[in-house]
Amino acid sequence: MADEGALVDERIEKLLSGFGPDTDPKEFWGRQYDLGLAWVHFKEGFGGLGVKPKYQSVVQDRLEAAGAPVGNRELNLLGIGMGAGVLSAHGTEEQQRRWLRPMFTTDEIWCQLFSEPGAGSDLAGLSTKAYRDGDEWIVNGEKIWTTLAHVAKWGMLPVRTDPDAPKHRGITYFIVDMKAEGVDVRPLYQITGEAEFNEVFFGDVRIPDDQRIDAVGAGWRVAMTTLMNERVAIGGKILPRESGAIGIAVETWQEYGLDDPVLRDELARLWAETEAMRLTTIRAAEMRKVGVPGPEGSTGKLAWADLNKAITAFTLDMMGWDGTLFPGGYQKVRPTSIGDPKARQKQFLRARANSIEGGTSEILRNILGERVLGLPGEPRVDKDIPWKDVRRG
Amino acid sequence: MLRETTRRFLEDRADSMVVRDLMEKPDGYDSELWKAGAELGWHGLAIPEEYGGIGFGFTELSIVVEELGRALFPGPFLSTVVMAANAILIAGSEQQKQEFLPDIAAGERIMTMALFDGPHGADPSDVAMRATATKEGWVLDGLKRYVAYGNVADTLIVAARTESGVSLFLVPGDAAGLRVSIVPTLDATRRETDVSFDQVVAQGLLGREGSAGPVIERILLLANVALAVEQVGGAQWCLETAVEYAKTRFQFGRAIGSFQAIKHKCADMLVAVEHGKSAAHWAARNADDEAETRIASPMAKAVCSDAYVGAAGETIQILGGTGFTWEHDVHLYLKRAKSTSLMFGGVRHQRRLLAKALGF
Repeated sequence: MADEGALVDERIEKLLSGFGPDTDPKEFWGRQYDLGLAWVHFKEGFGGLGVKPKYQSVVQDRLEAAGAPVGNRELNLLGIGMGAGVLSAHGTEEQQRRWLRPMFTTDEIWCQLFSEPGAGSDLAGLSTKAYRDGDEWIVNGEKIWTTLAHVAKWGMLPVRTDPDAPKHRGITYFIVDMKAEGVDVRPLYQITGEAEFNEVFFGDVRIPDDQRIDAVGAGWRVAMTTLMNERVAIGGKILPRESGAIGIAVETWQEYGLDDPVLRDELARLWAETEAMRLTTIRAAEMRKVGVPGPEGSTGKLAWADLNKAITAFTLDMMGWDGTLFPGGYQKVRPTSIGDPKARQKQFLRARANSIEGGTSEILRNILGERVLGLPGEPRVDKDIPWKDVRRG
Repeated sequence: MLRETTRRFLEDRADSMVVRDLMEKPDGYDSELWKAGAELGWHGLAIPEEYGGIGFGFTELSIVVEELGRALFPGPFLSTVVMAANAILIAGSEQQKQEFLPDIAAGERIMTMALFDGPHGADPSDVAMRATATKEGWVLDGLKRYVAYGNVADTLIVAARTESGVSLFLVPGDAAGLRVSIVPTLDATRRETDVSFDQVVAQGLLGREGSAGPVIERILLLANVALAVEQVGGAQWCLETAVEYAKTRFQFGRAIGSFQAIKHKCADMLVAVEHGKSAAHWAARNADDEAETRIASPMAKAVCSDAYVGAAGETIQILGGTGFTWEHDVHLYLKRAKSTSLMFGGVRHQRRLLAKALGF
């Protein structure tokens, strides 16, 4: 244990000794990867040191304190936050060697091609198909809600390879080149007027078999690993006290010089609930340091979604008539990174998606009930019949 | 009958394509549709016959308002027909009634009320702007915010303070020194403007100098009844849209409405919308009863705001990703819902008014 800590410390020193105000962030991230400080629990030579995952937070804290660049996780959230975990758990060494470093340096942005128009919460119901043609697979279908698809180089793509198998068993998982012929990315404008997401169409797209992750038909397992990582990446972030939506609410209270007992009571209620949730994410992170991501991530995401919606709505209430304005108007733009919108009205609108994206709150409640509390599952009508016979729409 | 013809007209002439088109246009309304509405009698419904109206009351007017809310129909109906016409009826001289009301009924005059200067304006005591008596008449200086359709108003009714208290002034839309700027709104189907006054000479007073407090109070109560009714129209659309989707969207081999999580959500929405309907319709039917309106208006506005914001939010949730797209209309309803809940005093202000009226 002491050895592990000392090793991490030594590598951090080494990384920071080469860091100056002129350091190019991408070069810095490359060195961070080479020194095994990208994902410390990964193998040596693959961005890690083979030490306990808890040391990653030591690395992050030290780099942030030193003013070193840490923005790559945000720029390539789906790659670094989710794709890396997938490659580490299910990829071959060759696949890890090929993809992990450029992912970490943000030279290659990743996206996640899960949702389909006919399969949102019911991920295993997906219809995008692939069939084998020699050393390649040919993909046809349509994905939706793909964040950053318009800037991504690689996409994580579960597809149906066996329509005759029950739906969870006929899926295979690929990494697809988003610049390949036949991949058509179109902006999907949302409630805020912006196109943070995309629709992605696949028309006879060829994927080499060496870009298949895990076995043919094992895609569901890989997808689950992705989602576990996603819920942690979305809901598990530990923020300082009074930051995020509640921080903005408190600022709004001050900015408007409010002194209303009813508003005060509501603000204090939301503040307390946010802090309790924050402390839960800290507790969940402590658990995670000793093992793999568990269901704690689901409570975080569920609670955060509800609170974020409540707080952003309440913030407009505190603004009175100003809440009816929309500074800047609705702009049809395509953001290239995942960031929080600035205007409070836009935050109110964006928050509507929190209880839908990355697993709806209804699905998460089922997961908590069934997997954490051990309650009996919903009756299933679609489990043991061939996918092609399941009713969809 | 009135409801059916109104709904049919809006479905034929003002579907969501039309609404979205008007949303992008600077005026924010369509003068032909405005005239067509007036020809159907909407504008004169609650204006007495001697002033060119049909002579019905707020109940009939509210049927139109509910349908306009259901269709998200953009236009200065609330500001002109509900607010300004009533302000003139309550406070105007005989001559002013003759001058303005027939034009409103005929759809030939757009009016608005410029009441508040700051974001928390919700009652007469929040009027801050001042008016000065000069040789030419009353002169107004300052900025009025959140003025509905100030960009197309032929006449504005402006609240300002004089030595003797709060007064209402009539100002022509083309008066010298008046500057109107459109501000971008959360609910793009409803225009809001900032109106600045630089030595603007008013056409005259509406009502006696210093006596506008009770008039403004009454107009705000009526505006909130109308908003509550409008919210019911929108909330009903959300409920129907959510239920229809829950019946036809399949996931896990089942219609999603067969899952209790969704079914209960729809049932809860039904209860909230039904209560909103009862509260809003009661308030509309009793709008002539000043004492009851003090209770019924804030009650209806509070209940309907929560019902509508809740219904729009839950509909987005039930529609999932689809509900979050610009393409689907439900986001327009969420924006209208949140925005109307904040106009003329938010939900908490309404509960405060209710508590006061009930002596709590």
